[in-house]
Amino acid sequence: MVSVEKRIWIARDYSKCSGCRRCEIACSLFHEGRIWPEASRIRVFMLIPGVEVPHLCVQCEDYPCVEACSVKALSVNQKTGAVIVDKEKCTGCGLCINACPGKIPHIHPTENYALICDLCGGNPQCVKVCQEGGWKALTIVEREEDYSYKVYARTVEEITKDLTVKLYGEKGEELI
Amino acid sequence: MFGYAGKILEVNLSTGKISVLKFEDEILKNYIGGRGLAVKILWDRLGKHWEKINPLGSENILLFLTGPLTGFFPGARTCVSGKSPQSNGVVGSTIAGEFGVELKCAGYDGIIVTGEAEKPVYLFIKDEDVEIRDASHIWGKDAKQTVTLLTKECRELLEKRFPRYGTWKEPSILYIGPAGENKVRTAVVAAKWTHAAGYGGYGAVMGAKRLKAIAVKGTRALPEVADMEKVKQLTEVITKKIYKKELWRRWGTASSGYDVGAKTSSEPVRNWQDEWHNQKSYGVDKFENRFWVKHYWGDFGCPTTCMKIAVIKTGKFKGAITDNPDYELQAYLGTNLGIFTPEENVFLASLIDDLGLCGIQTGNVLGFAAELYQRKILKKEDLDGLELEWGNAEAFAALTKKIAYREGIGKIFAEGTYRAALKIEKWKKTNVLKYAIQCKGIGIGAHGIRSGEDYPINISYACSVQGGDHTSIACLPINDLRSELLMVFHDSAVYCYFNTFGIPRNIKFEFYKAVTGVELTENDWVNVKALRILQLQRAMLLLGGPDKKWKPKEHDDNPPRFYEPLPSGPYKGKTVNRENFEKDKKRYYEAVGWDENGVPKSETLKKLGLDDVDKVLEKIR
Ligand code: SF4
Ligand code: SF4
Ligand code: SF4
Repeated sequence: MVSVEKRIWIARDYSKCSGCRRCEIACSLFHEGRIWPEASRIRVFMLIPGVEVPHLCVQCEDYPCVEACSVKALSVNQKTGAVIVDKEKCTGCGLCINACPGKIPHIHPTENYALICDLCGGNPQCVKVCQEGGWKALTIVEREEDYSYKVYARTVEEITKDLTVKLYGEKGEELI
Repeated sequence: MFGYAGKILEVNLSTGKISVLKFEDEILKNYIGGRGLAVKILWDRLGKHWEKINPLGSENILLFLTGPLTGFFPGARTCVSGKSPQSNGVVGSTIAGEFGVELKCAGYDGIIVTGEAEKPVYLFIKDEDVEIRDASHIWGKDAKQTVTLLTKECRELLEKRFPRYGTWKEPSILYIGPAGENKVRTAVVAAKWTHAAGYGGYGAVMGAKRLKAIAVKGTRALPEVADMEKVKQLTEVITKKIYKKELWRRWGTASSGYDVGAKTSSEPVRNWQDEWHNQKSYGVDKFENRFWVKHYWGDFGCPTTCMKIAVIKTGKFKGAITDNPDYELQAYLGTNLGIFTPEENVFLASLIDDLGLCGIQTGNVLGFAAELYQRKILKKEDLDGLELEWGNAEAFAALTKKIAYREGIGKIFAEGTYRAALKIEKWKKTNVLKYAIQCKGIGIGAHGIRSGEDYPINISYACSVQGGDHTSIACLPINDLRSELLMVFHDSAVYCYFNTFGIPRNIKFEFYKAVTGVELTENDWVNVKALRILQLQRAMLLLGGPDKKWKPKEHDDNPPRFYEPLPSGPYKGKTVNRENFEKDKKRYYEAVGWDENGVPKSETLKKLGLDDVDKVLEKIR
């Protein structure tokens, strides 16, 4: 019997993010064995206090980052749909960052390769801690085939602007 | 040692010299970090002429210290310290946020700031790059503008200097508002618009040094630990327990604004003339339903996230943004001023944040001022035309601004309750000190002792080495969980002690071992290491100066009001019994090794290896 395993997607509700950064801790422990916020594949930005934005790859349906890489260091994992960085090939040139509509990848703080969410092979550690804590800023949903996930790939600045107005109203407009 | 970055940054603002120093393992094992290490550094550098050091002079030292558990134990904090312009002793004042984590990731366990800058400056730290930068353009700015401007400026610098990195996450920032710039003694060192290291008045010290802010970005990992598996396992134990405490998480300390008044009858009402109220208008649901836009807000690693964000979106206070307010600010900027409407409370808390003031200390001085107005000791014309009626939020707001800018009558109240009382006594030739609800220059936290139903006891403030600080109280027996001898651990390992509530008491020491690899028993901590830190703090508190020295006979006491009977509520008539107080004080002195005059005994000090302290204390024996 062949069962088609649905891919997952991490849905995000920024306004629920508590800023606990337990996701950064979980992600860096999982990938680096250390607590290392700057090496986390999910980064919680706070350009305005109270307006925390957990920023991570959305797996665009056309993967512009993968396309842009001139040394073919990026590929898509067929099972999960996550972007996989080949650390050996990646030169840390930043072409993928430029290609990403949300400027989401960044270069590892001490190594010379890009950091992009790999969905932890299908078991996202960040979502686990976020759910355990009941904040539910990150939730796993089934990924639909024909949906434009790419619109979620926005810059931190853009998300922050919208969210500030949502939280702080008119005062928010003034602050940004 | 594991858990430490291994270096401390030292910045001399007078000369511009930037250097790095290391502490021996022996010192770290004994003093840990944060408050303990601050006390050690201050004693070693300033102890011999402590009474001559002006807390607001260039000779004072300002410390920003992490501890080995910062970033590992859930709920990161940073400890701010120095000679306190409130008590003339040392206060370990902690502030939540990522600052300590960024600092450790940048390679430093702390920052020692000496001297004073000629012009306003801020420190910008990115790993090993440390710069003293001009801050003239942000000097004078309020909290919201300061954070927004600095975040933008520092991110632009990072993007320019490291263009290939990708989007730069903001550095973590500690700053002062206008109150700190104006050396107001109730000014805080702040973070994230609303967080504050309040007790101690270190915002004024930072202002005196013309240091507007410190921004730090650390890109490395937190230091190696002795046993990461154990750290993970203990974290799991802690977070699992905390997640079950949904009431606490959901309403935080803000749930107490009604309860501590109505139930335990220990909330300051109208400058502590009462400690009971039954104002249902002040229930936490009123704050929640009307103002909270974020219900769980927290800092690095915190499972509790007890902060909430309150915003006023309509009406005359539109645009006010603050956190919660938490219990202390609900009390001090609410009930203590006769204010029982959440809206006015949120408005005042937001103003306090913007100006960089301490809600507790400033609420304490505002209540004191209003009682003097009530008693007609200060009249409208004395108060620059303000009618300081109880509940008049706008008059209190006006006085708050005068305090922050030291304008008119604000000049007097900017000195904090105690010093303002002394000035007003001279001016009005009448005893007003009896209305000052403080201990050794520090306004008492919003937990009264008269009903006997709240957590502090009769000697808690009178015998504490941090005066009125409700987070560091004296208690008997000295190994009671509430005792400052245990609180010193949280403040020295530097994490948020709210994440120890309901957690087996030994877990913090197990955690310490998992991180540092060093065994520490509670017995060794309380009876040796913490006791040693306490003696040093006590010594510096008693040496005091230059403007004020404390005599234990006179100042190891509660404010006179705490001996008046509670006028209403379920505990009406209850008060502190003077005889019992004196007895307990004596017991406490004995328990911590102080003589009958409250001075650390020679034998106590010698046993703890503090012979040099013993010598210096000769002059006050
Ligand atoms: S774990 Fe969830 S709530 Fe916490 S910072 Fe990450 S996204 Fe936000
Ligand atoms: S969000 Fe950015 S990193 Fe992720 S797939 Fe799209 S382009 Fe690539
Ligand atoms: S799914 Fe995994 S890799 Fe992706 S951000 Fe979350 S923890 Fe990191």
